[in-house]
Amino acid sequence: MSTHAAPARPEDHDALGVREYLHLVWQRIRGGETGILPVLGGFILVSIIFQVLDQQYLTAGNLINLLVQSAVFMLLGMAEVLVLLLGEIDLSVGFVAGVSAVVLAWLAQPQVGWPWWATILAALVVTALIGLLQGSLVTRIGLPSFVVTLGGLLFWNGVMLFVLGNGGAILIRDDVLVQISSGTLSRPVGWVVMIVLVALWAALMWRRDARRRTSSLPAPPLALTITKIVAAFAGGAGLILLANADRGIRAPVYGLPWVVLVVLAVLLVWSFLLGRRRFGVYVYAVGGNAEAARRAGINLARIRTAGFVLCSLTAGIAGIVYASRLRSISTSMDGGTLVLYAVAAAVIGGTSLFGGRGKAIHGVLGGVVIAAINNGMGLLGFSAAAKYVVTAVVLVVAVTIDALARRRQSG
Amino acid sequence: MPATRGAATAADTQTLLRLTGVSKAFGPVQALTDVRLDVPAGAVTALVGDNGAGKSTLIKCISGISPPDAGTIAWKGREVRIDSPTVANDLGIQTVYQDLALCDNLDIVQNMFLGRERLRRGQLNELSMEQAAAQTLSELAVTTVRSVRQLVASLSGGQRQSVAIAKAVLWQSELVIMDEPTAALGVAQTRMVLDLVRTLVERGQAVLLVSHNLLDVFEVADRIAVMRQGRLVDVRPTARTNQAIVVDLMTTGETSRSVEQAT
Repeated sequence: MSTHAAPARPEDHDALGVREYLHLVWQRIRGGETGILPVLGGFILVSIIFQVLDQQYLTAGNLINLLVQSAVFMLLGMAEVLVLLLGEIDLSVGFVAGVSAVVLAWLAQPQVGWPWWATILAALVVTALIGLLQGSLVTRIGLPSFVVTLGGLLFWNGVMLFVLGNGGAILIRDDVLVQISSGTLSRPVGWVVMIVLVALWAALMWRRDARRRTSSLPAPPLALTITKIVAAFAGGAGLILLANADRGIRAPVYGLPWVVLVVLAVLLVWSFLLGRRRFGVYVYAVGGNAEAARRAGINLARIRTAGFVLCSLTAGIAGIVYASRLRSISTSMDGGTLVLYAVAAAVIGGTSLFGGRGKAIHGVLGGVVIAAINNGMGLLGFSAAAKYVVTAVVLVVAVTIDALARRRQSG
Repeated sequence: MPATRGAATAADTQTLLRLTGVSKAFGPVQALTDVRLDVPAGAVTALVGDNGAGKSTLIKCISGISPPDAGTIAWKGREVRIDSPTVANDLGIQTVYQDLALCDNLDIVQNMFLGRERLRRGQLNELSMEQAAAQTLSELAVTTVRSVRQLVASLSGGQRQSVAIAKAVLWQSELVIMDEPTAALGVAQTRMVLDLVRTLVERGQAVLLVSHNLLDVFEVADRIAVMRQGRLVDVRPTARTNQAIVVDLMTTGETSRSVEQAT
């Protein structure tokens, strides 16, 4: 760093010191851009509480279980983030996931006999069309999304019950479909996948920071970039070590669950779309100030409709994971509770209910927190009633943080 | 009276935008009647008038927010239909709105490039946009902004107005329309914005300034157009008018004074 030429003007921080950079970050946090800090803090807090109350909580087996349990919440949380960003809400995601599961299971029955990939494709196409329908009602006719998707919640629940029949269920016997949730990578493959993913991420981040430095734009200090990369490797290695430990009770079970990669893939694609593409900027612009977006020449209807389509599509993926985990879909699926968890996951993760602020990762982190509460209270033998109460309290706390951060930002 | 600005008068500059017979009604309310206005290049044309005189409606017609019912708009001598903000932007008309039309939740760079992001292999070219935004702001001598990656929510009123104007500069708009740019600003910030207006004109851009504040208008405008009850009643160079005349025109539509009479 010492060979770096002195900046021409003092305000050009092209070579920020670590301390200076951390100071800037701290200023942002104080300004209300708290990012993922509250939810990370919440997760650590929840984990400490449960670990103190029950030593079972922080075991390799339970943590990986937790990850698998939270997959549906994470996916639904990400789905909800996409519409919350636009300042809308989608209350139908739970039963849209249900419809997806029904389509998948129905087509995969031996008497219908579609191959596994075709059933997945069909489920996703159906859910995307549902999103298109609901999104069009909201944007073209101008109905409030609350009402349209509340109608959707009932309607798709009805459709599900209609197909499944009273108290009915469809079992899934297809091997691949079942493996989505319960299959695992072999130990060495888990390591390879982790190392490749982290290395790719590190290379991209390294290149981006290097470019900023050569263009004499403010860039994070080298030491921080290296710290991040080391931390990512450590985190990845920790995850693989946990996953590769034997967590079976009767027979040995080990390896990274496939479903973790499914969630990761959705997270990466949506993060890329929201963060690196023009579409993403437009989503934030529409959610932040729709009139400003319109005056900038952005087609509001198209962006909003696309948001609903992507939301329903993500809910469709969640439905596939749900059905795969239960190896069936039945009328006992509670889409109403799922949608509340989806909104809660997004908001607990740090996405604003008021539009314009949020990220895909918020759905994932919020989903983990919700699953952690469920899982930990389950271990402690609490009833569903107690779980609801605690989840509700966490949700209200999260919304309060959101509202306070907003007030701080505008004040 | 401030010093006259000799160079820019309607006679010796080329007409950038010409409105002819522009009319607009909202239901039974006739908001604009047969408006004729020329906006020359490289000069500040001020549009003044009492509340409800039709100033905002007129600029909405030009900026594509709500197109006129009748009349023609000619841009550089060619007749155009401006029926959306995008069309106006593509022609080179950029409007800085009274309510600023910035997104609080986006940073300065994102706001300045909103709707016209630079791409590189399908992805946002953040580097190029960030550099261009920083350069434009420093060209306009806007130095109070800490970082171009700051969220607009954290900016002061004057800074926000500067960002909105810088956006117009960045897009190399030939005509910048400003709707009450100093209405909500303090003294120092008003100064900053008025300086920016003159900077724009010195760079060869035309400015159409809508304002209530006659002090501001007389300070920066080369020509003053007065509207009353949906009609354009008078346009003349700043040198050939004064505040008393403008107030007469705004309130009664006519004046018996001449500029020789002291204000």
